[in-house]
Amino acid sequence: MSAPTTYRQPVSRLWWLKKRTYLMFVLRELSSIFVAWFAVFLMIMIFAIGRGEESYRNFMNWAGSPVVIVINVVALAFSILHTVTWFALTPQAMVVRGPGSKQVPAKKEVTVAGRRMTAATVVRVGGRMPSGLVIASQYVGLAVVSAFIVWLVLQ
Amino acid sequence: MADSIQMRVTRYDPDQDSAPTVATYDVPLRKDWAILDGLNYIKDHVDTSLSYRWSCRMGICGSCGMNVEGQPKLTCATFLTDYAPGPVRVEPLSNFPIVRDLVVDIDDFMEKLPRVKPWIIRDDDVTVIDGEYLQTPTELEEYKQFSNCINCMLCYAACPIYGLEPDFIGPAAIALAERYDLDTRDAGQRERLDVLIEREGVWGCTFVGECTRVCPKHVDPAGAIQRYKLKAAQENVMAFLLPRAAR
Amino acid sequence: MSEGAAAAHDVLLVGGGAAGLRAAIAIAETNPSLSVAVISKVYPMRSHTVSAEGGAAGAIADNDTLDEHAYDTVSGSDWLCDQDAVEAFVQEAPRELLQLEHWGCPWSRQPNGRIAVRAFGGMKNMRTWFAADKTGFHMLHSLFQTSLKYTDVRRYDEWFVTRLLVDDGRVHGVVAIELRTGRIEAITAKSVVLCNGGSGKVFPFTTNANICTGDGMSLAYRAGAPLKDMEFVQYHPTGLPFTGILITEAARAEGGWLLNKDGYRYLQDYDLGKPEPTPVLRSMELGPRDRLSQAFVHEVEKGRTIESPYGPIVNLDLRHMGEKLIETKLPMVRELCIQYERIDPVKELIPVRPVVHYMMGGVHTDINGATPIEGLFAAGETACVTINGANRLGSNSLPECLVFGARAGKAAAEYASGAQQPPPVVIRQADDEVRRIDQLRAAGRGTERIADIREAMQATMEDSAGIFRSGDSLTKGVDQLADLQQRLQRVQLSDETQVFNTELVAALELANMLDIAETMLQSALLREESRGAHQRTDFTTRDDEHFLNHALAYREEDGAVRIERLPVTITRWPPGERVYGR
Repeated sequence: MSAPTTYRQPVSRLWWLKKRTYLMFVLRELSSIFVAWFAVFLMIMIFAIGRGEESYRNFMNWAGSPVVIVINVVALAFSILHTVTWFALTPQAMVVRGPGSKQVPAKKEVTVAGRRMTAATVVRVGGRMPSGLVIASQYVGLAVVSAFIVWLVLQ
Repeated sequence: MADSIQMRVTRYDPDQDSAPTVATYDVPLRKDWAILDGLNYIKDHVDTSLSYRWSCRMGICGSCGMNVEGQPKLTCATFLTDYAPGPVRVEPLSNFPIVRDLVVDIDDFMEKLPRVKPWIIRDDDVTVIDGEYLQTPTELEEYKQFSNCINCMLCYAACPIYGLEPDFIGPAAIALAERYDLDTRDAGQRERLDVLIEREGVWGCTFVGECTRVCPKHVDPAGAIQRYKLKAAQENVMAFLLPRAAR
Repeated sequence: MSEGAAAAHDVLLVGGGAAGLRAAIAIAETNPSLSVAVISKVYPMRSHTVSAEGGAAGAIADNDTLDEHAYDTVSGSDWLCDQDAVEAFVQEAPRELLQLEHWGCPWSRQPNGRIAVRAFGGMKNMRTWFAADKTGFHMLHSLFQTSLKYTDVRRYDEWFVTRLLVDDGRVHGVVAIELRTGRIEAITAKSVVLCNGGSGKVFPFTTNANICTGDGMSLAYRAGAPLKDMEFVQYHPTGLPFTGILITEAARAEGGWLLNKDGYRYLQDYDLGKPEPTPVLRSMELGPRDRLSQAFVHEVEKGRTIESPYGPIVNLDLRHMGEKLIETKLPMVRELCIQYERIDPVKELIPVRPVVHYMMGGVHTDINGATPIEGLFAAGETACVTINGANRLGSNSLPECLVFGARAGKAAAEYASGAQQPPPVVIRQADDEVRRIDQLRAAGRGTERIADIREAMQATMEDSAGIFRSGDSLTKGVDQLADLQQRLQRVQLSDETQVFNTELVAALELANMLDIAETMLQSALLREESRGAHQRTDFTTRDDEHFLNHALAYREEDGAVRIERLPVTITRWPPGERVYGR
């Protein structure tokens, strides 16, 4: 006797509109396109500078045009979204350990000369930095690097 | 507070129906009643044919997961008054095939669970005569969160990847693999990595994070998966740099 | 309809909780060539083992001895346990718990990494191992995940066993409904181990899950095996008022107090010791469960309990224990209170009352889990070996599942190794059963609602066989149950779909529960004394001369209950006085 028919629930193509968190996820993912755009923009700018005074002026005119400005404003917004979301997710995705952690013995399977065997190893446990600290330290890092770049550019 | 609340419940009879329908029932609105109490009222007094799974009614057995107003919830731990004045829509858990009414087919998960080898793997000859493996509270804390999974499947219902790519091993299974990897008594990290380093393993996940948001036991499967990805990437790099050495 | 059996195995384990899974692993390890199957009406991780909270006892502390664990268990049982079984149990419990540790169970630890133990009710020493306050959950999941290693163990998930196939005093397998399809099949086996848990749903207020309907006990009873000590029903002193959700004894072991409406620690009035600020073993809130539940009833009679919409309650006070302790040792208790009572135990009192929790009684087995029917074994709460006698101590039932699950599994495997194939006559029995269920399904237009009969049964049991019973209340209960059996014959089954028909399952479970309830009342009626959890208002003292024995309930042809008696096995501890708090 064959199994009775189960009903396969269809997944809508607009699944990402069904919850605010899904929408935020999709926007977060899309933001990488705009981060890439900034990288490209920067490269164009550097290239233009390298080609001389006139090339640079052409570039600045182009960059000043309304279309490019709108694109860059949107891209800035998405880049901020990108930064804020990824900084916030870092403590969840990675375990950052502070001075309170220690090494303890553990075991792991290794392959030696084609044979699997158990070997002694060490792992780190404990001392996990609180998420607030991890997130804050990233912003501090961002601020430091930004300050340095600004100083460099203003030289 | 009103006397009653309307529940709009999915019905599906595989013998008669080609697709699920919605039935409407009025149940008493009591401040202590969970959605599950509403369903029990319907089954006991209105329509005895309504079928759904439940057991412990205290949020530990994982049987009663359903979609309530579109969100995966444990119906024993979700209260009618939170949806007053109603109506409240109760559907089977998303992303799973429907067997009957609110009962879904979880065979896919039951098949995936053993694939990640969720047991202690080690090959020394320590027996119980030798006593317990030592494990300090700090070491226990490393994996404890991931050991709290009740297999309720709300995370699979919330995961859009699982909905779109049914081959994805999924949040709970990967979190359980991480639970064993982080247990200092286990040595099986390599074996689980071989299973999870595939596309339907950890790399299928794009860190939507909804699984963690819906988990009633605060397991954080999304965190487990990202950590696993880091581990997998590190292994790949090591393998690349030291191809023949013990690793 | 089936022609021939759907499958044949050597050993069939009915029930996938701690006892069933432990048995399966034991057989897979010691007799890997045998064909083993686990059949359960729910997926194994849903088994009621999962709800156990407080801990599992095993004597490992330096200042603890097996004899002391045994003595605590014997006196806790009010001398009704079989002491040879208790001696075997206390010896094997630590080994089983250690085995579980090796299988990954996340036992809570001392700072030096060794297993931590805590105090528990009725125990003179700290010997209760615990995994936070979710011990049953962690044990079950460790067992289930470990069992996945043994790929040869076949599982029948969501199959409901409706009867045992028995011929000539020997068991040959089961008939079961595959819930997914509605198919009814025979599965033959050379030996069967019943691990179906207890039957708390016979009562209206219980910590038990919906699935605890005494299926295993009823299967054995109808097949001719006796049920032992059915009159002993444990009320856990602290369940939440509406839901009956368990608030673990560990809350008291870690320092909680029981207060009546005047904020008074009333247990001191009941020969349970003097109140101290910190817990004293075997005293006050760490007394045995039967005495604490009985104290509650006395407080109700004195008008010193608090009226709630769900009846009288008292309060459990954890406020003096501090947030840090509660978060570390009792996190689930806190969560349950916040969620289901909307109170935070760190700052507020928890309303509690005694609720039915555990069946000391069950299928009569010997020390290896064997019932009088050849090839039929039982373990866990379904069985009555008995180590619990008239009252079980908290944290003894989880190791009981492991110890006797392993024993029964191995004994069943040994039996199966030497047994013949089932004779063809059992297939005819199976066909009869299929016909019976089909007829039941077709009954359709009955007049009685399942829920109505069930609620009437539960009300009857609470009134006639609660914490205190009398000859009158019990006799009245017997009559009411007889009437309910009649009403069950006219039950209405209106669900015509075969796929996942939970109405049919509910009707079959109700039939199981009515049988169990009858044995409980008859056994209670014939025990004219008060002992442990069985307290008669008309026979208020313990009578060792006439009743230092077990009641064995047999089913007669016409469905009546026949009680025989079986003496208690005393080895080293002659009956004495149960002393707590002194």
